[in-house]
Amino acid sequence: MQSQEVQRVLVVPGEVIAEGDYKISTPNYVVRVDRKYVATIVGLAQIDSESREISVIPLEGCYIPQPEDIVIGYVVDTGLTSWELDIRAPFTATLYAVDFLGRPINPAREDLNKYLTPGDTVLARVEAFDRNRGPIVTTKGKGLGKVVRGTIVEISPVKVARVIGRRGSMYQILTNETGCEVTVARNGRILINCPSRELEEVLVMAILKIEREAHIPGLTDRVKEFIIREKVKRGLIGGETKAD
Amino acid sequence: MERPRLIREDGLRHDGRRPDELRPIRVSIGVLNKASGSALVEYGRTKVLAAVHGPREIPQRHMLLPDRAIIRCRYHMLSFSTHERKSPAPSRREIELSKVVREAIEPVVMSEVFPRTAIDVFVEVINADGGTRTAAVTAASLALADAGVPMRDLVVAVAVGKVGGVLVLDIDEVEDMYGEADMPVAVAPSIGLMTLLQLNGVLTREEFREALKLALKGATQIYEKAREALRDRYMKVKVEE
Repeated sequence: MQSQEVQRVLVVPGEVIAEGDYKISTPNYVVRVDRKYVATIVGLAQIDSESREISVIPLEGCYIPQPEDIVIGYVVDTGLTSWELDIRAPFTATLYAVDFLGRPINPAREDLNKYLTPGDTVLARVEAFDRNRGPIVTTKGKGLGKVVRGTIVEISPVKVARVIGRRGSMYQILTNETGCEVTVARNGRILINCPSRELEEVLVMAILKIEREAHIPGLTDRVKEFIIREKVKRGLIGGETKAD
Repeated sequence: MERPRLIREDGLRHDGRRPDELRPIRVSIGVLNKASGSALVEYGRTKVLAAVHGPREIPQRHMLLPDRAIIRCRYHMLSFSTHERKSPAPSRREIELSKVVREAIEPVVMSEVFPRTAIDVFVEVINADGGTRTAAVTAASLALADAGVPMRDLVVAVAVGKVGGVLVLDIDEVEDMYGEADMPVAVAPSIGLMTLLQLNGVLTREEFREALKLALKGATQIYEKAREALRDRYMKVKVEE
């Protein structure tokens, strides 16, 4: 947590980050023009002086599916053997009934609306996404499947990394301080299950605070203080003692 | 209407600007809620709103490209943006300007990042007082940046005109109507790219060189404003304590 004091600079498209010889670790967000390294997006640039690597953390942008990503999708259409899910990407994702039910189905006998209908929420994993087909998701895996309870908070997909934090530091704070179950999906949808209404309010406010202040250093400590303060305000804990 | 005096005796223009002076430029980013990105750009009384949707899936399958995104652009003037009501149907001029604006922003957008998708840019002229295409290009590129579409540089545009024999920067409607030449220029200053150059009227070779210099000078000023506006969205966020 403390070691994240790397110099980060706010950049906009066209801004020259550095000149000379560097490696680019975020290829879409930095381009090389002659000997100049130019940012292509509004984001935070950082230069690792040891490995001479340039990276830009985006502050705006849409979700691009990657295999193995955990996503939360809303069913938008039911087909004969599959569902179409809105996962906030440029394309809708396909969820095959074979994957979801774990057995082959006969579309002549069964109607898939029995299992999932448009409007349902599904926690899934991206199985494949190549440039020729749309993304395919699966619910095979622990904890995946139809979401039946909880609240979903939507944030910008590019800020998901901040909700998790370095080695999960932010995630630890959110779960430990509120006692809620938190599932952070890569596409910017966060599923939360809280023991009480008050704790849910605090958690949602904390998540939205992370989204709003994602680019300002010292976020982890600020969020921790924020949660404790809000809890005291609501009488969930007394004084400055830590809860749970 | 009687021909107005475009260059006054004291060398200033009809609205009191110096020949190399821009109109007051105002830029606001992220003004719309439902769009992926948006920008409102004002060059004096010219006011242009741009909204970007996407990258998103294309229902018209035949249009998609396997290796990159297509950029679709619509330039449109609202019916109350001009002196006399403008029919809201797209005119010949608007269809052409849609293409001009699209071609001015296409070279900087890294469309290869989003294959088989479309990026839609909608530009609405709210108030027209000359230089709407240049304001449209600036607004479109800022809206794209706000949407988080990777682009090699921001594109800013400005027009140079010749009125009463004098080269002037950022001409308005009156100067355009009664002037001798109008030359809109769009540039991506950081990477040294010119994406739009039109010339309506007659300039000598020397005048053209001078005009281009003047345009680049104006563009640099607008570029600074644009970058500042993009940064301000984040710089102005206050940490609540």
